[in-house]
Amino acid sequence: MNKILIVGEHDGKTLNPATAKCVTCAKNIGDGEVTIALFGADTAAVASQAAALAGVKTVLRVDRPENAHPLAAVFAPQLAALAADYSHVFGPSTSFGKDLMPRVAALLGVAQVSDLMAVEGPYKFRRPIYAGNAIITVEADPNIKLIATVRVASFEAAAGGGNASIEVKSVEAVLPTHTRYVGAKSGSTDRPDLQTARRVVSGGRALGSAENFKLLFSLADKLGAAVGASRAAVDAGYAANEMQVGQTGKIISPEVYFAFGISGAIQHLTGIKDARTIVAVNKDAEAPIFEIADIGLVGDLFQVVPELEKALATG
Amino acid sequence: MKKIMVCIKRVVDYNVRVRVKPDGSGVALEGVKMSVNPFDEIALEEALRIKERGAGIEVLAVSIGVADTQQQLRTALAMGADRAILVQTEAAVEPLTAARTFLAVAKKENPDLIFLGKQAIDDDANQTGQMLAALWERPQATYASKVEIGEGNASVTREVDAGLETIEVDLPAVITVDLRLNEPRYVKLPDIMKAKKKPLDVTNFEALGVSAATLLKTVKTDPPAQRQKGVIVKDVNELVDALKKKGLL
Repeated sequence: MNKILIVGEHDGKTLNPATAKCVTCAKNIGDGEVTIALFGADTAAVASQAAALAGVKTVLRVDRPENAHPLAAVFAPQLAALAADYSHVFGPSTSFGKDLMPRVAALLGVAQVSDLMAVEGPYKFRRPIYAGNAIITVEADPNIKLIATVRVASFEAAAGGGNASIEVKSVEAVLPTHTRYVGAKSGSTDRPDLQTARRVVSGGRALGSAENFKLLFSLADKLGAAVGASRAAVDAGYAANEMQVGQTGKIISPEVYFAFGISGAIQHLTGIKDARTIVAVNKDAEAPIFEIADIGLVGDLFQVVPELEKALATG
Repeated sequence: MKKIMVCIKRVVDYNVRVRVKPDGSGVALEGVKMSVNPFDEIALEEALRIKERGAGIEVLAVSIGVADTQQQLRTALAMGADRAILVQTEAAVEPLTAARTFLAVAKKENPDLIFLGKQAIDDDANQTGQMLAALWERPQATYASKVEIGEGNASVTREVDAGLETIEVDLPAVITVDLRLNEPRYVKLPDIMKAKKKPLDVTNFEALGVSAATLLKTVKTDPPAQRQKGVIVKDVNELVDALKKKGLL
């Protein structure tokens, strides 16, 4: 039987939806038992959210003051110690999981499969390389513990209604003090999270300024959408770094993605290929984005966005 | 601060559109332009800026790869690195092997800082820096968008999903860099000439005591699923209708 351990991502209050996607990936392994480990100062609230995910057998709470912030150097020895009882250890392909999991793999002296996008067998997976321009099938040795990050855009979130048991776990591990959390600055908004939003409105360099991005924020609020940006727009300072969608930014899979003034560099398309519907608005009829858009409109975004917002208001 | 080590990977150039071979055995790399991994260029640039602000700091560029990887190390030397080491191999190198190799070099060189790109744009693995930090038993600061060197420590601002996070790490440490840390300098012709005279040592896994065994087997390479080209609508009304028809509004 496969015993799969997932490291849950959370902010102390809410379990990140990426965790529920890892659960779905773990269930695809088959003949397995799924456990979620939570590291934090107090994981009581997130533990009950994790326990409610269908298909999870056990939730392990590893609470200690040093775990108040997600420092890979602090979490890794604890996760590596827990890993002894499991055949697979998964983390999400988020900045949290990508930071943590390779450190765990190296402590265990094993390889990691990054960005697992499909399960073909307990030790056989598909993952993207070259910004998604090629998909490789990799096979790992079943006798070696498998460490992987799960490409969250490739999996649906596990449903609720589960009833896992919650255990408080103490882990024997020496924690380093060489790495210290100082602080965070988030562009916290009331808008949905970019990585899990059902609708995303995104802008490119054609927006021309940070001021003009307000057009998109306004439309997004009408749609209940998250707001993203191309690398060009972020580099130009029109949008915050956490809004970047693409190979080196966020990989997303909304139901509908609106691309305004985004030409469609390969690196950007990598980030949106899993969107169910792509809508592109661009002045340039030859823009590569139109090659993959489900609905295209050749036009000036500065006219289209307000018109669209008005059309939505009048229903 | 005496020495900064920068790890560099030779990859298919950013502007090349890679194609999967029809027999699924890999991607076609014959005759394709190769370059320094763009993130590693940013890593090197950051090391050079620290060197230029300080005094007596040596910047060492290290790479693992085929003999032609000397070209990318010469580029690093032309940018301003003082010397270079190539760990020459024909083998495919997994991130754990790369980390073990860089560790072996680090143990000889004792750098105060090791910079790497956050990921290489070929395998997109995003592992080597974290693995190196773990094996070296030192701090890691990944996805850096700002690095400030203090007395025996560094304050690093990281690009994370929620925004920006700042951590403080004791030196020596491993820092992996993100896109917006800096803009790498252009190499000038006289620098290319000067770089030819800078030391570039070639070694191998055996000399460093590193095993190149691979743990993962790539059994197949496929092109990605293609999206179908959709419809072009002529105005906002048609756009709204099309969205409604798909049940998206």
